[in-house]
Parts: sequence; structure tokens; C-alpha cells
Amino acid sequence: MVDKVKVNINGNDYFVPENYTILKAAEENGIDIPTLCYEEGLPITGACRMCVVEVRGARKLMAACATQVSDGMEVLTESERVVEARREILRLLIANHDLRCLTCERNGDCRLQDYCYRYKVEDTPYKGEVKDFKIITDNPFFIRDYSKCIKCGKCVSICAEVNGAHVYEFINRGFDTKVTSAFDDPLPETTCTFCGMCINVCPVAALVEKSTLWKGRPWEVKKVTTTCSYCGVGCQLKLKVKDNTIIGVAADKSGSNLGHLCSKGQFGWDYVHSKDRLTHPLIKREGEFVRVTWEEALNYIAGRFKDILSQWGGRALAGLSSAKCTNEENYLFQKFMRVVLQTNNIDHCARL
Amino acid sequence: MTNSMNEILETDVMFAIGTNTTEAHPVTGYRIKQAVRNGKKLIVADPRKIELVKYADLWLCHRPGTDIALLNGLAHVILRDGLWDEEFVNEHGEGFEEFKSAVEKYTPERAAEITGVDAELIEQAAHMYGSAEKATIIYAMGITQHTTGTNNVMAIANLSILTGNVGKRGTGVAPLRGQNNVQGACDMGCLPNYYASYQKVDDKEINNKFEQAWNVALPKEPGLTVTEMIDSVYRGKLKGMYIMGENPMLSDPDSNKVKKSLQALEFLVVQDIFLTETARFAEVVLPAVTSVEKEGTFTNTERRIQRVRQAIKTESEAKPDWQIIIDLANKMNYSWEYPGGPEQVMEEIAKLSPLYGGISYSRLEKGGIQWPCPTRNHPGTMYLHADGFTRDKGKFHSVEYLPPAEEPDEEYPLMLSTGRMLYHFHTGTMSRRSQMEELRSEELMMMHPADARENSIKDEDRVQVESRRGKVSTKVQVTDHVPMGVVFMTFHYRETPTNNLTIAAVDPICKIPELKVCAVRVNKAGA
Amino acid sequence: MKKEILVCQGSACVSSQSRDVYDALESELKVRGLEEKYSLKPTGCHGFCEQGPIVLIEPEGYFYCQVKDKQVPKLVDCLQEGSVYEELLYKSSETQEPLKTRNEIPFYQKQKRLVLQNCGLIDPESIDDYINSGGYSSLQKVLSMEPDEVIKEVKDSGVRGRGGGGFPTGDKWYYGRQPQADKKYIICNAEESDPGAFIDRSILECDPHRVLEGMLTAGYAIGACEGFVYIRSEYPLAVKRIYSAISQALEKGYLGKNIMNSGFDFDVQIKQGAGAFVCGEETALIESIQGNSGMPRPRPPYPAEKGLWDRPTIVNNVETLSNIPIIFDKGASQYARIGTQQSKGTKIFALTGKIRHTGLVEVPMGITLREIIFEIGGGIKDDKKFKAVQIGGPSGGCLSEGYLDFPVDYDSLIDAGAMMGSGGLVVLDESTCIVELARYFLSFTRMEACGKCTPCREGNTRLLEILQRIIEGEGKMEDLDRLETLSRNIIDTSLCGLGQSAPNPVLTTLQNFRGEYEKHVKERKCPAGVCQALLSYKIIQENCKGCGICMKHCPAGAITGEKNQPHNIDADVCAKCGECVDKCPFGAIVPG
Repeated sequence: MVDKVKVNINGNDYFVPENYTILKAAEENGIDIPTLCYEEGLPITGACRMCVVEVRGARKLMAACATQVSDGMEVLTESERVVEARREILRLLIANHDLRCLTCERNGDCRLQDYCYRYKVEDTPYKGEVKDFKIITDNPFFIRDYSKCIKCGKCVSICAEVNGAHVYEFINRGFDTKVTSAFDDPLPETTCTFCGMCINVCPVAALVEKSTLWKGRPWEVKKVTTTCSYCGVGCQLKLKVKDNTIIGVAADKSGSNLGHLCSKGQFGWDYVHSKDRLTHPLIKREGEFVRVTWEEALNYIAGRFKDILSQWGGRALAGLSSAKCTNEENYLFQKFMRVVLQTNNIDHCARL
Repeated sequence: MTNSMNEILETDVMFAIGTNTTEAHPVTGYRIKQAVRNGKKLIVADPRKIELVKYADLWLCHRPGTDIALLNGLAHVILRDGLWDEEFVNEHGEGFEEFKSAVEKYTPERAAEITGVDAELIEQAAHMYGSAEKATIIYAMGITQHTTGTNNVMAIANLSILTGNVGKRGTGVAPLRGQNNVQGACDMGCLPNYYASYQKVDDKEINNKFEQAWNVALPKEPGLTVTEMIDSVYRGKLKGMYIMGENPMLSDPDSNKVKKSLQALEFLVVQDIFLTETARFAEVVLPAVTSVEKEGTFTNTERRIQRVRQAIKTESEAKPDWQIIIDLANKMNYSWEYPGGPEQVMEEIAKLSPLYGGISYSRLEKGGIQWPCPTRNHPGTMYLHADGFTRDKGKFHSVEYLPPAEEPDEEYPLMLSTGRMLYHFHTGTMSRRSQMEELRSEELMMMHPADARENSIKDEDRVQVESRRGKVSTKVQVTDHVPMGVVFMTFHYRETPTNNLTIAAVDPICKIPELKVCAVRVNKAGA
Repeated sequence: MKKEILVCQGSACVSSQSRDVYDALESELKVRGLEEKYSLKPTGCHGFCEQGPIVLIEPEGYFYCQVKDKQVPKLVDCLQEGSVYEELLYKSSETQEPLKTRNEIPFYQKQKRLVLQNCGLIDPESIDDYINSGGYSSLQKVLSMEPDEVIKEVKDSGVRGRGGGGFPTGDKWYYGRQPQADKKYIICNAEESDPGAFIDRSILECDPHRVLEGMLTAGYAIGACEGFVYIRSEYPLAVKRIYSAISQALEKGYLGKNIMNSGFDFDVQIKQGAGAFVCGEETALIESIQGNSGMPRPRPPYPAEKGLWDRPTIVNNVETLSNIPIIFDKGASQYARIGTQQSKGTKIFALTGKIRHTGLVEVPMGITLREIIFEIGGGIKDDKKFKAVQIGGPSGGCLSEGYLDFPVDYDSLIDAGAMMGSGGLVVLDESTCIVELARYFLSFTRMEACGKCTPCREGNTRLLEILQRIIEGEGKMEDLDRLETLSRNIIDTSLCGLGQSAPNPVLTTLQNFRGEYEKHVKERKCPAGVCQALLSYKIIQENCKGCGICMKHCPAGAITGEKNQPHNIDADVCAKCGECVDKCPFGAIVPG
């Protein structure tokens, strides 16, 4: 058991486990501290400095994400000094950021924007050099717009620490620092597996799925939490839907996958809208499939099953159920086979 | 899985055998790689130099089909060097003496001879696994798709019982299920011998319970497995089939035989989202919808029941499978009423299926629940066997190495193993109709450089691969990621239907086909 | 006693051809058959680098400066005669009187050479020389003590980290001793990247065993068996000497297994860095040893708890470690008598800039800046006026005349807005523009910043842009306030010491020389006449002969005038290149 310590945040005492950071202690007690580079499950880098707070007795402001609590600690999360520091950081970030928010895909779903609003940072006094990069479109799935990158490093981190692909790295130093692939190679020529986790951790619009470009503003896009339809890991994810079309996927942290996905879960959804989809029942007549109504199709099937049942009994019938269908459907299917077709000849491709 | 996916992060030693986790179960693969980065040990047993080999402390590159010899060899060393958990075995392990004498002859030297792995490596692996405080064995179809599949699984269970790696957090065995809802389909009783929750159809009491619940007389004898069905059609015993969302034409072994069977049927209904290779043989094809157009639940490989939610409306006449089944039942003079849809079906499941007894949609809103979950206030089960074994589950099963059904010979000198790759899934019906296709649009058979040289084959050459059962054409990738004498192909591509080649030999107990080993020969196309 | 000829082979003397002097001496002695009679020895640096190459004759202690190879025959003549080679002696700047020995030279008189005691006097590549001068005797003492006693002794001495922050070394070791771990590490930080500072380099070049002895003591105290010397590869001579010291110490049993039969094992490896300023920051240095890019990580956890490969790690700099043997030689209480209440011992400074005597000086803590600059350094060069001193390296502070009588110790310097830092001490005279100076130092730290945290990466760039604007005559008064608030925010929020100190030059110059900033902004004038854009040139009519040379050389065509008549400069056209000033044979063109 971890011992608890008393921490005073903004004048109120809280008892939290001693291995908590200030950020976690605050979060659990409903106090929101802004973060850009922090991501649960990834190493703490303390890079963005958005989460700085005032700790009594400390000479400098402390990063809440990286500072462990201690007994009797007194923390101010929104003091004047803290707020001014955060505003300065925001002014600095937007001074070197492509501020064409009007048409930005993350407009309305952007941490940088949210925090500027929260701290009333309307503009920046720093009108100097702005890093301007060409948008990179080197792969089928997403674009990289480094003019919008704020160097939080989460893409670097998730790629290295979770996927293990180590595609991204910081290059250069100081103001020239940028994130890129090794030797600036196009992603298809790197170890990238296109899991897209980098897109989902990007707090701004530096990494954007191509499928969402110009498809709708974030607030127009419905997000539906569901289970991935590929392998048996059962990853949870959020489908982004606009105009009855799946335009992308966002991370969902409620499942064992902790928001992590692979390329299929992230990008493998267009089959839903495939032109090859079956759209109506078909009956084969003289070797050709002919479109029929549901009524015709079901009557025909019922008739044929009844014939076989009466002539040969249930043992002449068999059903293959699907490892792709839902539990409810599989349940109904075996019930149908057992009850209606009177047979235990039921199986599915569990073994394949 | 006896335990949960993220417990992999808590284990000390992972032993991955017959699983190319980073490609077939990528997110579980992340966990293994994360654990290694956190300093945990990894043993990989695989004939191929898969990605996990890069992360492994030990790589046992065994010949395909020699898993039991390897596993028994490990057990031998663990016993010999006193690394087994005596207390646990005394308390929970039935049949220990018999097992002990069975593995007696699997000395590291003998295991080495059969598997091709150095005896010293076998000893090292045994020591690493055997002396870990918490160890997990992770496996997938590389273990099960053999004529000795059941015994392979037993050999794995033996190891984990022997070392007491059961019923504790961060231990256990982790079979990784291939498809999103294989676990659920099994749980629901889509098996010839079980109702939902593995209740036996030939158990009188159980049978009674279901007859009462469903208000109908039910067949008492277990039915046929899929491979037996194919045979049975062949012999004219099966007349009609109803296939929902399956594509045995590409997924099952020896496709030519499957094709003949399907053609021989008097009546075939296929219900799917695409006109699959199998659906082409149907007399009636019913259009179903995808998982994003309906409500429901899937159960994942760690027994977690999770919600599937409708994200879009269907714009054609296609209907959810559950709706079609109900409509069809009613057309056949039953009156199935489920006005509440899938949610109401789940209520019925909960009533009849003890493992799902406490499941309801409202409970699943906050996130999935792992079965067993017998009651409404049961929190679900993170890992099984926490209170020891129920009845005979801790039993040792003495198993012996048997060679695969078909081994290479002069005529068919190469061994073919099949499996998946990262960018596609199963028979490709979904992934190949997605952007994934841009990453890999055709089969690339993996072949060792020495074998390629011998056959005058270069990288990207097109070749004919032939077995006793059929032939296919494919491009070749020359790589040392497969051992000499072994070629590897996926079953994702209809243009290269690999299962034309595979053998329909099955495991005598669970009837799983031996997709991981058969004999083939390779000729340069046009030659 | 056999006479010794000690030839300095430190980097500075080598660059003024002391190798040639050494070779010439060697062959001269051979030719004259005197090899047996005189022993010729290479040594490390004396610190008086502007006077190199330096040759010392023992036992007389004759201190020869700026020796050339062609002077060697005469030097050997003098040796044989037993006379002094007067021309090679240092001359007092006041009386022009030649001074025979080192101790007579004012540069050395106010120094207290403890850490540097062996420098220039022993052969750095000979472990015997080190042992003969008392080396490794303190280790012997340490190994007979309990580790906790060792730590107590270091605590009692009051020694603080010489690398910049001034954290008490004994406390650091105490924190390193506490955790249980399968492995612990000692890292010697020799990543000295401040421009102008060469203290650590000099110690490693002159007296490498002293550093090893310090590391061994630290290792024994905290329970570490492995050490790393992280040194920049731009220090090839230092690298070579520490390598040779390690192999000799291994051979003699001062490193390796069961050291001096105490049962204590310790090994040292060398890691060469690529000379990144930020890698002097301990967590960035650790990342670099681990093979990652040199980016600092957040502290806590401090390295003493979770450092190299997540094991408890103590990072001490070269100078700190070099103090350790002195503490055990003298005893903590004796050591603690040197210096002030809160700052014990001595500190080495690299004295550079517009000062008469540049070089490496070791002074007791608490000495005043005036003593260092005017007594040891001999005052400002060319009789110009003192303007400021930048102390603590590029991220230190710039202090004005008012601080000259300030004691030099950790806390006073922090109070003044500067810091001890790496020990760089750059003296500036009236010809230095203070804004340009701030820009210069900031451009260095900006270039060396790793780019990880927002305030340092983005903020220092903006500071620099504002300074640039002021220098170019486009500054506004609100820029001065902006400079100040932004500087304070960068200091308050940056991740590591680099960012937390980078704006110091800006803040201290603003604080001490605000008037000069205001002149740049309000009057568009640079009082020091340095900022090109704020300059204008005029032709003194009386002095101009109308020769036309300036007109011919002006690239902008700004100068007009009739032949033999005084010329004029059109300020609007003038490109302010200064070419005319240089070319005018009559000195008739001046800035103004």
C-alpha cells in the first residue's frame, strides 16, 4: 500500500498517494491543469511547461506533470504568476505557429487554441522568425504539417515507447529543432507501420488523417465509441462520422488497448463504404444472381429448409456462424440452428 | 487468455511461441515490446525471424511442427534442475508422476535433435522461464493449427502448471484469438457440442434447461465441426447449409475440396457483407451490414465483453444479421419477438449463460467486463483460477511429439507455413477493400536465399507453388526471415488462394486443420 | 640535486610552439651531452597563458616567459653557467624590473593555488610524479574510513559544486548513498563548453590523477563501483592524459579490483561528448551517455536517486572532484577556514577580455572582483576604462563598476544576478557596447539550447530578436520592458539550468546599464560606437586634404567633394562600413 500525504492545492487540503505527481493529484480532485506534452502512459518529458504551478518554498515554478507531491506541500495552480507564465508560453508558441485557424482541421479541437482562449491570449507581441515548412504528404494515410508543430514530442514518444518503430526523432537544436523521420526519409521508406498513434496524440494539427481533410469541422463530426472489427484484441476506438460516412478514427482509452491502435484499426475502415457491398437479396436463377425482395428471398429459404427438414431431418442441415458477428447474432444463429433447423451442426472458424 | 492483456506488463518472463504477435495482434505486440523496454525478459520460439526476435533475450528457431518436443524438453530441464513449483504441483497438479516419466526421455539433446534448436539454448530458456517469479506463455495459431494442436496446447499448460504460473496476476497462458469475436462465437455456443458458456449439448440436465427455455425439443447428439461438414457434404449426407459471415473458400484448407463440397450441396444460403468467394456458390445471398451499422457486443481474447455501437445508417436494403435470423425464424413459423433488439437478446443470454450472467448493456456503458461475470454486481474476472483449480483443470496431460501429417520429400521438398501479415486481415474481404491495400496489394511468399538460389529464383520473381492438392501463383520475397527449407505465405489474397495448397489433415480432438505445415514445391513461372 | 627544466605542454603553450622549445632543448642537451645532468620534463599549465611558452628551472625557480626555440642554446649556456637568462624573465609592468621567480609576479601573488598546486610542476603523464607530490595519500586515508564518515568529512568541509549551481557536495553524496541499488555510478562532468573557460581542461591536462582520486573517493562514499568521465572530444590532450592516467592507475592498483587492499573495486570509463553546451547539464549528460540525444529530463527525480540507466548517480564536475583530495589531506576543518561563511575553499577563474594579464587563476572564495581584475589581472589593457565584467560564462551576469568590491562567492553573485557558473570571467572596457554584449552571449546560449522546452527554445529567440532590433536602431521603449518580463518568465519556467540562466546577461545588463539601452532606443545612438547601424561618420574639415582616397574606396558613393577641398559624407547614402576611416591617411574621418 502506498502511503497518503496531505497536499494543499489552491487553499484546499487533499489526501493523495505519495507517489502521485501534482498533476495527478489535481486531476483526481477535479482541478484542471493545462498540459500539451503530457500523455498518460508515456514518459514524462516536462517539455512544454504549460503545467507549471507555484509550489510554496520553491524558487522557480514547477512542472506539475513531473513534480511528485510531498506531505504538507502547498500548490497554487492558477496564481497570477502561474497564469502570466502560461500566457507567456502561449504567446511564444503562437509566435511560431501557422495561425491560419480559419481553415485548420483542428479548429475547435485544438489544445493550443483552447488554452489561448482560457488564458485570453489573443495575439503575440513576438513578430519575428516563423518556421515555415511545406506540408509533407508522403504516405497514403496522413499529412505532416510541421508549421503547426509545437514540439511537444508526443509523436516521438509514442512511436518509440509503444510501437517500438522509432520513426520520429528531434533533429537540430534550439529554435531550429524539428521533428522528422530519420534522414527526413518519406515515411513509407522508414520503419513506420502506419499505426497512426502519432496522429491521435498530436495536440494540434501537425499530424492529420488525409481522410478527414476538408470533410467537416470537428464539432460537426460525431464520434462513436465502438470495438474494432479486426483481430481478437478488441481495441476500443472512436469512429469519426460525418454525413453518414466514417472519415477517421480517434483514440479511446476505456479499453485494454489504452488508446493504442494498429494500422487496420486506425485506417482500415473504408470497406464499410465499398462499392462492392451487397445491397439487396439475390437468388441464383439459371446460374445468374437476380435481385429479389426480402419477402421473396426469405420465403424461398424457408421453403427450402422446410423441404430438407421434412425429407432428411435436421442432420442434413448445417450452419457456419461468424467470428465477425456480434455475440447476440451468434447466439441467435445457434438458437436458430438448434431450434428451427433441429441440428447441432453448428461451427465457425474459431480454428482458422 | 487466463489472464489479461495488460498483465503482460507485470510479468517477469514472457515466452512467445507460435505467435507473430506484432503483426497478427499488433496492440498485444506493443505490450510485449513495452515490457521488454521495461527490462522484462522475452523468449521467442518461432521458425521465422519475426519482429519479436529483435526484442528477444533468447530465440529458439525450431522446425515447424516440433513444438511438443521443444516444450517437453523445457519441462525436462525444469524438472531435472529443480526449478518447478513443488508446492503448487502437489496441491493442484494431477497426473504429475505420469507426466514426469513422459518428459523423462525429452533430454535437451533429444529435443535438440527433433527441433533443430541447440540443446544449450533449450537449457537457457528452461532456466529463464523456470526461475521467473512470474511468467506468461503467449501463443496463437502457430501452436494450434497442427494435427497435434490440442496436444501442443496441453504441453503449454503443463509448463505453466509445473512452474506454478497459474491463478496469479502477471502469469498464465495467453492464447491470442485471431478474430474480433472468435471468443464470443465460442461463448455463445456456435460449436457442435456446446450451448452458450460451454454447457454440453449431450448433458441431459443442460439439454432440459434449454428445451424449457426455448420451449422446443432439441437434438441431443453433438453435431459436426466445419471440417467434418465439408466431408459430410462430400459424402452426400449434408444437403443444406446456412453460412453467416464466413468465407471457407479462402480460409479453409484444401480449397479445391471445399469448392467441390459447396457445389455438391443441394441448398446453400450465404449471408455476408460482400459477394465472397463462398457466396458465389450460394443459391440465395442475403445482404448483411457491417459492425458499424448495428448494435451489439464482441468478446475479446482476454474475455472482455465490449459494446459495438451503430455509427452510421445503412443506405441500402442490407440488414443486421440478428434481424435477418429473427425474420427467417418467423418465416419458418416461429414467433421470435425481440422488440428491444440486441439488448434484449443479451438479456436472454445472461439468463441462460452463467459466464455472462451479470452482463447488461447498461453495465457495459462504462467499459467492457471480463467473464466470468455470473451476477449483476460481480465486477468481472481479471484472471482465472485465482482460487485454485476447479475439478480437473490442473491436470497434467502427458503428450508425445508426433511428426506433422505431411513432411517434405523429394517430390515436394519445401515446407509451407501459413499465417498473417500486419496490413491485412484473414481473407482480406475487409482490409483489401480499405486503404491498407496501398501498403501491400499482393502476396509475397517468403523464401530463404539459399532455397531461392537453388531454384534460380530472384526477389520479386513470379512462381508457381504446388502441393499434392493444388497450385497457386505468387511473387517471391527472398529473405532470411524464414529458415532454409521453409516458405511462408498468407491467406489474404484471392488472387493467390494459398489454401489451395494446404492439407485438410486435422487434429483428432479439436479438428483444427494443420495449416502451419504441408509440403510444396516451387517452380519459376513459365519455366 | 639534479636540475630540472620544466617545459609547459598545456594547450595554450603548445599553441605558441612550446613543443618546438621542448624538442630544441632535448637535442641541445643531447648535443652537449648533458642529458644525465639535467632532467627535461613536460608539465601542465601554469595559468599565465598569455606569457607562454613557459619554462621553469628548478630548484632555483627561474620562471622564463615567451621562450622561443632559437633562444634555447643561450638558455642552456645560462644553465651551465648557473646564471639567469634575464631577457626571458617577466618584467614588472610598473617598474620594468625583471622578476626571477613565479611568486614574485603579481599575477601569482594574490592567488591561492590548491587545486592547481601541481600544475606546471609535475609531469601529468607520470603517476610517480603525482605520488611523489603526495598523491593518492588522501585515498589511503579515505579507504580506512567508513563511507558515512567520508561523507561527513565532505559535508564538514563545506565544499560546494564548482560546476555552476553550487549545491553542497556532501549533501549530494549523502543523497547518493541512501538508495539501495544493484549499481551506482559516479560521473565526472568534463563537458566544459563555455567559450573562454578552460579550467577543467587545464586540470585534466596538468593533474589528471587528482580527478581520479576525487572520483574514487566519491565512489567509495556512495557505494559505486563504476565511474564515467564525460569529456568533450574537442579536448584531445585532456582525453589523452586522462586515458593514460587511468591505465597507469590500473597498473599501480589505484583502480580496478581491491584497490589498495581495501576490498573496494572501482573502474572508470571515458565517454567523449560532441561538445554540446547543454550536455554540461547533468541530466542531458546522462541522456548522452545512454546514447540518446542530449536533452535534459525533468528533476526530480534527481540523478542521485535515478540517474544513469535509472541507477543512483552522482555527477560532479572536474574542479569539485579535484578539491576532494585537498579536503582529506588538510582535514575538513582546515579546509573550511579558506573562503567565506557559505562558500569554502578556492575557485578557479578563466580571466579573459580587455585585461592585461589573462589566464587561469585560483583565488580564495570571498576575494573581491577588484582584487582579481586589478591586482591579479593587472587592470585594463591599453589604459582604457573598466566598464563591466561578465562572470559565470555566457549565462552568467554582467556586473558594473559598482560591484567591484563585492566578494566573489556563490551567494553574493546570485544576489547580484550573476553566478559562479563555470568560472568564466570576461573583463570589458569602455569600447564594449553593452547591448551587443548581451546579444553576443544570448546568441551563444540560443544556439546551444537543446530545443526541448518552450520558454528556452522560443523565448530566447525572441529576446535575441528584440536585442537585434535595438542594435539596428529599431527598438522601442516597450521593448525594454518586454525584454525584462520575458527574461524573468524564461528563468522561471525553463526545464533546465541552461534556460533558467540564459537570460541572465540580458537582465543584468538591463539592470546595470539601462541608460545605455535607452540611448540606443531613444537617441538611436551607441555610446561605445560599436553598433554599426547607429553609427554616423563625419569628416573633420580642418584635417581633410581633399586627397579623394576615401571617395575612391567608398562602396556606397556617399562621399563627395572637389579635389584638394574638404570632402563630405552623405549620411543617407553611407553604408557605415567604416572603410573610409581605415583608408584616410590623415585621420580626418571619425564616427560621430
